Amino acid sequence: METVIFFLFAALAIGSAIVVVTHRSPIYATLSLVLTLFSMAVLFVLLGAPFVGVLQILVYAGAIVVLFLFVIMLLNVQKEENAHVDRGVQLWIAILGAVVFLGLFWLAFWRTGLRIGGPAPARLTEDLVGLKGLATALFTDYLLPFEIVGLLLLVAVIGATVAARRSDSETVRPDDDFVSGDEPRTDPLRSLPDPHRTSVAEPAYSSSKREAHS
Amino acid sequence: MSAGTADFVASLVKYGLMFAVFINVAPIMNWVERRACAYIQDRPGPNRLGPLGLFQPLADALKFMFKEDVTPALADKPLYLMAPALALLPAFTTFVVIPFGPDIVVNGRTVPLVVANVATGVLLFLAISSLGVYSLVMAGYASNNKFSLLGAVRASAQLISYELALTLAVLAVLIPVGSFHLSDIVAYQQAHHLWNFIPQFIGFMVFLIASFAETNRLPFDLPEAESELVAGFHTEYGAMRFALFFQAEYTNMAALSALGVTLYFGGWTLPFVHLSGWLGAAVGLATLLAKVGICMAFFVWIRWTFPRFRYDQLMRLGWKILLPLAILNLIVVAAMTLAGWL
Repeated sequence: METVIFFLFAALAIGSAIVVVTHRSPIYATLSLVLTLFSMAVLFVLLGAPFVGVLQILVYAGAIVVLFLFVIMLLNVQKEENAHVDRGVQLWIAILGAVVFLGLFWLAFWRTGLRIGGPAPARLTEDLVGLKGLATALFTDYLLPFEIVGLLLLVAVIGATVAARRSDSETVRPDDDFVSGDEPRTDPLRSLPDPHRTSVAEPAYSSSKREAHS
Repeated sequence: MSAGTADFVASLVKYGLMFAVFINVAPIMNWVERRACAYIQDRPGPNRLGPLGLFQPLADALKFMFKEDVTPALADKPLYLMAPALALLPAFTTFVVIPFGPDIVVNGRTVPLVVANVATGVLLFLAISSLGVYSLVMAGYASNNKFSLLGAVRASAQLISYELALTLAVLAVLIPVGSFHLSDIVAYQQAHHLWNFIPQFIGFMVFLIASFAETNRLPFDLPEAESELVAGFHTEYGAMRFALFFQAEYTNMAALSALGVTLYFGGWTLPFVHLSGWLGAAVGLATLLAKVGICMAFFVWIRWTFPRFRYDQLMRLGWKILLPLAILNLIVVAAMTLAGWL
């Protein structure tokens, strides 16, 4: 039963990952990414690490990829466009990536003595990947790296805020986050009507009224 | 029967029971919503079919089934057809972690009355419900319609914003209990003779407001605001496909209500009543359903009482008020737990 589930979701993870890279429509690619992440979460659960699996769905599939989709839909990208980069550079980057990946693979299998058909590795235990085990490890042995990662995220948030801020602060009113179109929006409930502007709806009425006043 | 098979069969039976309950939420709420709306607006509402118009949902269901199933010519077909089905999937999965009674003994085996008694309980609920946004996004994108797309964009932004506050409010409940098991949270409230909504009042208010936003209910139904977006992400859907979205919305409401009841109102327990065995199970399930029913009525009452938020107000409320409040609540609860006051 477990073996069947493993192969099903392993195949799903690899298949959908290939779709992520190859599909022409960014929406399909992103949705395939969700499928990849979900399959990975199932594999984590099979490995005996349900907490990691649930976090994988909660953080990546449930939040980060939604942001990807949000941006793609805001930009309304329909089809893939040809990038204006040198193919040669791409090739060298791809080769570098492949070498790094194979190196990691080598580290994972040869150095740890894992072989296909060899003795099964020890299962992940509760005090390694369970809630208590993870928390204890994070807040004792790995406290410094944990805090540094937190600091890094904070810096990233501040950086994003600074980058997203408009350079021309004159056009944005402090209380108005959403400005549509080019001209700054005036809220009819908050600003007084402009006495020199004729009404669009009834120009004759408002101009005659102004004459009556003067 | 081996232990594994017995557990599997027990889980299937329990899931079947919960499924039978939750699938009936949408038709019942359809009637409740329309009658309550009519009552609040001082008009009779649907009252022709059966006593008090009770058979109206049956007529609606028939109508949904026999209407023409239209697909827009320029729609993205696979995504368009998949979206309503995907909407139901998280809705009918999340309630597996909700406990609905005390442990019962069947053939000498102790069976906990929760479909999936997993260590990650609450987190599993939040994780699966966070996947619900994809069906809205797929529907909005695949319809190839400006209103639908705008609705989908709004939905994804809104759900992400309010999920943070909701999760932080839930985490504050977990700290004094020290467990992700929802049954432990119920047991904690029963042992202390105090429902969590009193000591965790700020967290409860954040949870309440965020759950309205998470289920796209008024005053947070911006993704389907009918005065601006026709019907938002499901503008192009008709017949049974629309009915599936409808079903998903109400099932989500019921599941989230069940979570809220379990976290803040003692779940399936009644104060000062300790029943066990089959009687306890029956009373437990009835109590849980009654509490969920009250929550659903509250959802309806709010819907026909408050006007809709403006989009910038919605974002401001989520990020500038609810999120800081939830973080503050989390810190205060952690400090109070450390000091031994909770």
